[in-house]
Amino acid sequence: MSTVPVCPVCDAEVHLQGTTIVSELVVCDSCSCMLEVRSLDPLQLAEAPQEQEDWGE
Amino acid sequence: MIRIGFLHSVLRKDEKLLLDAFQAWPDVEVVPIDDREIRFTLGEKGRPFDVVVERCINHSRALHALRIFESQGVRCVNTSHTAWTCGDKLLTSIVLAENTLPQPEVRVAFTEESALAAIEEMGYPVVLKPAVGSWGRLLAKVNDRDAAEALLEHKTTLGSYHHSIFYIQKYVEKQGRDIRSFVIGDRCVAAIYRTSPHWITNTARGGMATECPVDAALADLSVRGARAVGGDIVALDIFETGSGYQINEINYTMEFKNSITPTGVDIPRLIAEHVVKVGRERHG
Repeated sequence: MSTVPVCPVCDAEVHLQGTTIVSELVVCDSCSCMLEVRSLDPLQLAEAPQEQEDWGE
Repeated sequence: MIRIGFLHSVLRKDEKLLLDAFQAWPDVEVVPIDDREIRFTLGEKGRPFDVVVERCINHSRALHALRIFESQGVRCVNTSHTAWTCGDKLLTSIVLAENTLPQPEVRVAFTEESALAAIEEMGYPVVLKPAVGSWGRLLAKVNDRDAAEALLEHKTTLGSYHHSIFYIQKYVEKQGRDIRSFVIGDRCVAAIYRTSPHWITNTARGGMATECPVDAALADLSVRGARAVGGDIVALDIFETGSGYQINEINYTMEFKNSITPTGVDIPRLIAEHVVKVGRERHG
């Protein structure tokens, strides 16, 4: 069974680079959607939250 | 062991760099606090952390979480007061004015009619900004009365109530660039030019970052701006004008990932050093 996570939007495999941590944002190379790492074991990805009005610096 | 609470939402490259930077201290424990999972019981005693460093994306969550941590005796970087002031452009402008720090002319009105009158008095162009917001979102450059009337009506009709707190700033001709300076503690550690053919120069909107030399005037104004809002770690957006520098905005959850390479300054390391120093003081 593959341990490579798949994009919840386009179902393509997502290959993560370097050290991965929970809540980290990653981009799907296939569909360019922003994803969030929701767990490490098992490695699960979800669509990243959509920008809200009070988001920022 | 110094306990640092790391208040966050999603973790962007900025937060990952900062988390990596904290690894340099073996006597520091960094505890991630996801603002989507935390639950507070008001009135709870005990100080769970020596210091909390705030890296939320949502202003409203950051502001309220910081205030609650402070009620538990936790020192926060930045403080809720800084978040409250910097998270609202109108409050920031009030503080800048109170401290006679240079900024573009700002007028405030609460109705379509009074806002239009204020704009006409200022002369075109002006910039209408939501008091709360970031990354150049919903900024509107208003070049004439027709645009002003349409925009004010749209904001009143389509926006929520706070879009009818009209923050009107005189447009400053920036010659294609502005400055982002970084203050950590009581020192201006670096600055970049943000260059764009568009009048909005935010790097989030495609502005290009290049190194800006920190001269004495820029450092002095940046530090005075940071002090005015009580900021530990802030980034100031600054205009260059014929009469000198003017502070446009001050950001309390500053993004820095695009500024490390052009400046050669290890900004996350300096942030971490400051937070650890504050935590060590509190730890005793």
